[in-house]
Amino acid sequence: MDINLLAGSSPHIRSGDSTQKIMRDVIIALLPAAIAAVCFFKVQAAMLILVTVISCVASEYLWCKITKKANTISDLSAVVTGMLLAFNLSPAVPLWVAAIGGAFAIIIVKQLFGGLGHNFVNPALAARAFLMASWPMQMTSWQKPGWDAVSSATPLAILKYGSEASGEMPGLWDMFIGNIGGSIGETSVLALLIGAGYLVARKVITLELPLAFIGTVGFMTWMLGGESLFTGNFIYHIFAGSLMLGAFFMATDYTTSPVTFTGRIIMGVGCGLLTSVIRLYGGYPEGVSYAILLMNLVVPLIDRYIIPKSFGGGAVRNA
Amino acid sequence: MVKAVKSFRGGIKPRHHKETAGLETVKMPLPSKVIIPMLQHIGAPCTPLVKKGDRVLVGQKIGDSDRPVSAPVHSSVSGTVTDVRPFLYSSGVEVMAVEIKPDGLQEVHESVVPPVCKDRESMLKAIRESGIVGLGGAGFPTSIKLSPPTGKAVDVLVINGAECEPYITSDYREMMENPEGIIRGIRKVMEITGIPKAYIGIESNKQDAIGKISSYLKESDNIEVVSLPTRYPQGGEKQLIYAVTSRRVPAGKLPADVGVLVQNVATVSFIAEYFKTGMPLIKKKITVDGGAVAKPMNVEALIGTPIKEIFDFCGGFSEEPRKIIMGGPMMGVAQYSLENPVLKQTNALLVLNGIEAEERKESVCIRCGKCVSACPMSLLPLYINANVVRGNFEETLKYHVNDCIECGCCSYVCPASRHLVQSIRIAKAELRKMAAKQQGGKN
Repeated sequence: MDINLLAGSSPHIRSGDSTQKIMRDVIIALLPAAIAAVCFFKVQAAMLILVTVISCVASEYLWCKITKKANTISDLSAVVTGMLLAFNLSPAVPLWVAAIGGAFAIIIVKQLFGGLGHNFVNPALAARAFLMASWPMQMTSWQKPGWDAVSSATPLAILKYGSEASGEMPGLWDMFIGNIGGSIGETSVLALLIGAGYLVARKVITLELPLAFIGTVGFMTWMLGGESLFTGNFIYHIFAGSLMLGAFFMATDYTTSPVTFTGRIIMGVGCGLLTSVIRLYGGYPEGVSYAILLMNLVVPLIDRYIIPKSFGGGAVRNA
Repeated sequence: MVKAVKSFRGGIKPRHHKETAGLETVKMPLPSKVIIPMLQHIGAPCTPLVKKGDRVLVGQKIGDSDRPVSAPVHSSVSGTVTDVRPFLYSSGVEVMAVEIKPDGLQEVHESVVPPVCKDRESMLKAIRESGIVGLGGAGFPTSIKLSPPTGKAVDVLVINGAECEPYITSDYREMMENPEGIIRGIRKVMEITGIPKAYIGIESNKQDAIGKISSYLKESDNIEVVSLPTRYPQGGEKQLIYAVTSRRVPAGKLPADVGVLVQNVATVSFIAEYFKTGMPLIKKKITVDGGAVAKPMNVEALIGTPIKEIFDFCGGFSEEPRKIIMGGPMMGVAQYSLENPVLKQTNALLVLNGIEAEERKESVCIRCGKCVSACPMSLLPLYINANVVRGNFEETLKYHVNDCIECGCCSYVCPASRHLVQSIRIAKAELRKMAAKQQGGKN
């Protein structure tokens, strides 16, 4: 019999996992928060998600076409970027601003630095920072959830500037389910935790980074967030703002987080410290996205110096 | 039975595919020819002791070497030497091989008599003459492994019955069919080496093997069965030692450095048989499986049997074979020809069909870190790969590239289908070349 045999180097079997499957899992994990966003912020939230996703995917498609590269939209990473960007926007953001954000995330932050796996900061967060700098008014007008666009402060603004200046603090339950002002995808702790649980169960993410992040914020705001030491309202700090979204979905972004356990702890603690410092002493009420962006820049350094000892220990062996 | 004390970090849980576990070993009929390569072990190749036209008998030594690290090879049939020619291994190494046409008589050579041993030295010499090498896969000459290392006190013997690779059940069959022989072999090794205590490590998915072996143990034996967690690569030497003794073998060191000697179940079983009959290593239990094999089986085949004849015995191919692997799917070697013979270390022959052998296209690394979590040696395969792709071989030393045991877990889990362990092999080979060059430059 004339047979044609493959002769490759082992292993000869693969797990069947793929980049596309991972991204699909992330999209599934983001769905509860997306549903919560539409429940609380109605059509505007749905439109924002739709526009950013279309903008991201179209930008990626066009970039690959123009640069004559193999098309990568099927890996679904652009969809994830689009959803995360929308989640970080106020419901009052005009759709054209959101669309520009999507294009910026994909073309400037992701593709110009080499595409998937090569961007040095999180594309969605970098785009958000870019939009904040370019259209600060549109980016920071917050609304109460519901059909009527009643402007409202976010819980963190209330914590920072006091209820006299910013209005009544919402209850803990409202903060947990997400019935508060804020970016559309960040408000529902419940929905985000359901998604995070899915990611952990599917082994897409591990918990060390998010827990180090949230734990550090909790500790720092408890220690320094009150009138005197260890009187801070840390539960509000943990539930408010984009901490849940940032810790589970943004800081854990593969490309811009360390690959080792120790490295991830360092990144989580670093994000937590920066977030707390910005929240308590900075000019903005919220610091999660800047904290993650800053720590993104340190990731190559962390991975360069955190090289684990081989099993069994011992000295580095030369050939 | 005791439970494993420690479990290594990382590893993977691939589908077991141990469907042949229940199939009793079937003895193959005499092949139409045997091809016996002169290098079936780690070390120096043997020199053929026969020439074309010679008549050889079963168990007759047909190749040997006077180098310290080597193991002789024997004829598995009686018949006529039809050729002594170069043979190309799938790994790319070329060695001499003796081709013999059996006469069907299977006349046994006069040298095949139970060895008479008075002391440790003569026992070790007998072991060397038997041609036995580590049957777990590496093929290191057993006589050297059993020789007392100078200045190192070895106090624990660990018998490897983990069989952690998917598909393979030949060691399991050995444990089920010959538990008494295995135990006799362990006692023999303990006698030769003077090691007071032995453990047999068996993965927990082989409960009946654990039970079977345990039922044959006597209290006075000082041998214990250890149930190991079922996770690949549990049978890796360092992982096994850690699980059974909680001792860690440091990078670049040998098991003897932590007082441990590891032997495979098939190896000790052979040693028992050899001291009884004097018949050198001429046959092997082999699992034949994979999607393209008509009738998966466990067979006992003579060393040198062309693998084609084994597949024919198993009903041929049920569909077009795309990849033929000698060994398991994680670490086995893909064969380029059906003419290649069964070797001493062959424990499985797998024939993968088009779907099983499909190789997905490599895509970019997304830095998910799955290779890092899967690595049982705590390496960072993604960074070694990135450096190899750029040709920075020396940089890979920083990532402890030489500690890699090449188990393949990293490549298995990689969602981007990157050739991680494959690139590590390239790095190791390039570094060896560079070291050899440096050595040459100095002299």
